[in-house]
Amino acid sequence: MQRIGVFVCHCGSNIAATVDVKKVVEMARLEPGVVHAEDYQYMCSEVGQAKIATAIHEKHLTGIVVCSCSPRMHETTFRKAAEKAGLNPYMVEIANIREHCSWIHKNIEEATKKAVILARAAIAKVNLNTPLKAGESRVTKRALVIGGGIAGIQTALDIAEAGYEVDIVEKTPSIGGRMSQLDKTFPTLDCSACILTPKMVEASAHDKITIYTYSEVEKVSGFVGDFTVDIRKKARSVDMTKCTGCGVCQEKCPSRKAPSEFNRGLSTRSAIYTPFAQAIPNVPVIDREHCIKFKTGKCGLCEKVCQAGAIDYTQKDEIITEKYGAIVVATGFDTIKLDQYDEYAYSQSKDVITSLELERIMNAAGPTKGHLERLSDGKPPKNMVFIQCVGSRCSDNRGKSYCSKICCMYTAKHAMLIRDKYPDVNVTVFYIDVRTPGKNFDEFYRRAVEDYGVNYIKGQVGKVAPQPDGSLLVQGVDLLDNKQILMKADMVVLATAIEPDPSVRSIATMLTASIDTNNFLTEAHAKLRPVESPTAGVFLSGVCQGPKDIPETVAQAGAAAVKAIGLLAKDKLMTNPCTAKADELLCNGCSQCENVCPYGAISYETKLINDHGVREERRIAVVNNALCQGCGACTVTCPSGAMDLQGFSNRQILAEVDAICR
Amino acid sequence: MNNAMKQAEQIREISGVNPYKCMKCGKCSASCPSFNEMDIKPHQFVSYVLNNDIEALMQSESLWKCLSCFACVERCPRDVKPGKLIDAARQLVVRQRDETYLSPDEIPELLDPDLPQQLLVSAFRRYRR
Amino acid sequence: MKYSYYPGCTLKTKAKDLDAYARASAKALGFELEEIENWQCCGGVYPLGSDEIATKLSSVRALNEAKEKGQDLVTLCSACHHVIKRVNDDMKNVEDIRTRANNYMQLDEPYAGETTVLHFLEVLRDRVGFDEIRKKVTNPLTGKKIGAYYGCLLLRPSKLLEFDNPENPTIIEDFIRAIGAEPVVYPYRNECCGGYISLKEKDMSKRMSTTIMESAAGMGAEMLITACPLCMYNLNKSGSGAVPVYYFTELLAEALGVKEEAATK
Repeated sequence: MQRIGVFVCHCGSNIAATVDVKKVVEMARLEPGVVHAEDYQYMCSEVGQAKIATAIHEKHLTGIVVCSCSPRMHETTFRKAAEKAGLNPYMVEIANIREHCSWIHKNIEEATKKAVILARAAIAKVNLNTPLKAGESRVTKRALVIGGGIAGIQTALDIAEAGYEVDIVEKTPSIGGRMSQLDKTFPTLDCSACILTPKMVEASAHDKITIYTYSEVEKVSGFVGDFTVDIRKKARSVDMTKCTGCGVCQEKCPSRKAPSEFNRGLSTRSAIYTPFAQAIPNVPVIDREHCIKFKTGKCGLCEKVCQAGAIDYTQKDEIITEKYGAIVVATGFDTIKLDQYDEYAYSQSKDVITSLELERIMNAAGPTKGHLERLSDGKPPKNMVFIQCVGSRCSDNRGKSYCSKICCMYTAKHAMLIRDKYPDVNVTVFYIDVRTPGKNFDEFYRRAVEDYGVNYIKGQVGKVAPQPDGSLLVQGVDLLDNKQILMKADMVVLATAIEPDPSVRSIATMLTASIDTNNFLTEAHAKLRPVESPTAGVFLSGVCQGPKDIPETVAQAGAAAVKAIGLLAKDKLMTNPCTAKADELLCNGCSQCENVCPYGAISYETKLINDHGVREERRIAVVNNALCQGCGACTVTCPSGAMDLQGFSNRQILAEVDAICR
Repeated sequence: MNNAMKQAEQIREISGVNPYKCMKCGKCSASCPSFNEMDIKPHQFVSYVLNNDIEALMQSESLWKCLSCFACVERCPRDVKPGKLIDAARQLVVRQRDETYLSPDEIPELLDPDLPQQLLVSAFRRYRR
Repeated sequence: MKYSYYPGCTLKTKAKDLDAYARASAKALGFELEEIENWQCCGGVYPLGSDEIATKLSSVRALNEAKEKGQDLVTLCSACHHVIKRVNDDMKNVEDIRTRANNYMQLDEPYAGETTVLHFLEVLRDRVGFDEIRKKVTNPLTGKKIGAYYGCLLLRPSKLLEFDNPENPTIIEDFIRAIGAEPVVYPYRNECCGGYISLKEKDMSKRMSTTIMESAAGMGAEMLITACPLCMYNLNKSGSGAVPVYYFTELLAEALGVKEEAATK
């Protein structure tokens, strides 16, 4: 028989205002096995923990139930306290009477009744608990960073600086990401390439960093500290060891009609290409879809002009398998498609563009060599209209429900830069709210208005109508003037909502990392663990977790690196002892558990079994404790009831159910 | 519940619109082809309902200027449907006092040989009980 | 293929052409429009109030008759289509309206939105296919520059009407290509002509119709086509007169070589 202590927490008024804690204590005392019960204002405090330790010593407790908040908050706290007092930590159970009870109920009587039942269930379980011992697993001292934008680069640099090996996997031919496409950055207006390129060079030159560009993560297995990852290096058709980056192949390539991804399709590129001049590595790839040699077998010009003999049409995709202790996701974002927003005439007029397209137009290396001009006729615009929140803050299924966060600032930046360089151009911004929280951000926006004369209009645009003369008629509203406005513009710029890069979905699936309805990766705790995924060993860097600007991305990238370093610094990890275990006498060797196990933790072996005096060789399931994550899929699949989850055995769970139904 | 609140409640029921969803972006007024003819503008319908100021809404010229063209409904990013609010106010007026905006007596002089039946039917349905 | 057909009030009087050309074209294209019996006027506008029942019943009757015949219901006038399609959606998805309407109707079997409502243009696009029409065109309208005028009733609310992209529709442009002509895209093709406002607010409908017509003419359209008698009236009466307006069925009949035949009926 266990000797159980029950500790009921008030959580200030969080629990005590809705649950009669004294009553819970009183009722708990009546339960079988309970020899001690008390309540306290904050069980998680030092005083509260001391109370638990004292009771363990004085009452010789063998099991503990803490009625408090979610086990996700303080299970570890109480297990550690119990362990310090000499109790096996797995003899501690939490009854969640806060999130599951006090917070969601109003009626004190009913909430108290439910709290008593939850306590009773936990007590019934502890009565059947057995001490468990955590095992150990090794940590591979190497990190994988998925995505080579500023988030991935910064995370990799920080991990590498701490002395650990890091691999960056980037799906495009160069690292650099979205930041490499930007012209200037807010709020200081420094040139994006000028601050990014040194970081790219540093990452590429770092002896602890290996960069796989034009590569994708294909398969992930294993678990925290010991992941095994397959990386597909797509065939570049250029030998990276031979190429000198001279660029002659790109100059000579006769296929020049492929849309340039880097310039958002506003210009074309050759079939053999590097995305931009500062690309790292400075080794081109052949886009086989557009290459004449690959399409027709004729051409081969690049091979002929390559002095280094680096062109290799026979190259094939290559799979690299590598082990990692930690994985950081830094897959970034893209702008949403605008096919649901045709009232802005984006698909009808070349002069209606997204803000990211404007970045390319303003950039000296862009499709117009940095000259502000209309894409339809190459003429300089006289009147420009910016429309905010295109696809952001929409709850109508057309767009995204969230604020994309960066648009207010980059629009102020665009407006300011245009007014600075082209003082004759009138700039109007239609906005719903101007959101500028951030250091020197609001001052920046005000400068656009006060020093540069940008015309901010509170209101939205209902329609952009292309006119016969090639101009655009913008129909909007000025809410403060209560007037509808018809305004001629030469260019309209849409502050298009951002969304996680579509590749994040398959990566999240491979990592069993959860994503929300908008495909942003979910953090382990919104406030206290913002750079960790709930999946152990997986960390989040940059916009893949939520919209953010460059300073925030860099800060989060550093934070993700620290978390990864903290993991890599350990030689061994304690494993979860709540793993599956097969009862050799009941197992009939059917393999169903092996088939459902998502972690490949179950295998079969033939073993001599003594079944009540009958000795025979049987095929039985064996669980690898290092791989098992305790998900329980095998236990519910097993037809003979041989599989059981330690710490959550069928008997324990049924005892809880019985206690609830009693 | 006073009369004003009761009327606001009625508007919400008839229209099926939740005015709290509005984020005051003005997209409805930016889209409305009748904006200039309206005294109370589409984006203001919501505030009138929220403030229980239905009497003013019922007195408004806007009731008779809305085309039910649904541009505001289609483009509203919050699915508020301002056009349904103004129609509900019109309904309230028509039901309470069988409004005299359109009188059968004035029909003969409004007619012309090309005028389709559809126009008369539609106008009667919108403007009268 | 046989469809139930709801002509509506105006197609029996002021817009006889719209109807006659459609019937002749249907025959040429190999499908039949079977007018439902005892149809009543749809009311012209969809009753928006969620508590309006009686005003929706004429649509329910038509829908139910098509259901009993086991046919899809084809409409031609934009207003009829708008009203009947939306009432059908109510009957399918709004329990309160369905119950109350059926209480009025006292049918042998309650109506619950079973009928598929198709606009004539949707039949052309989704059932016949524009490629098929192109093959049957004997008299292509080559060289004609035509602006499609959609108006509001066919497109909005798009979630319910599921007709086409409400801001950048293509169905009538595709139709224009199918009959051998060249579509002219102009921005006001999905803006309202003024609708019923033209009864009393002539200035308003004049401004709106003029904007539409001038926009189309400015973009190079030589004529406009529409599916709605009220749009036709407003554009002709209140527009600037910059371009003539035709029913799309007239051009279809012409392209299929059955225009004369239809006109003589």
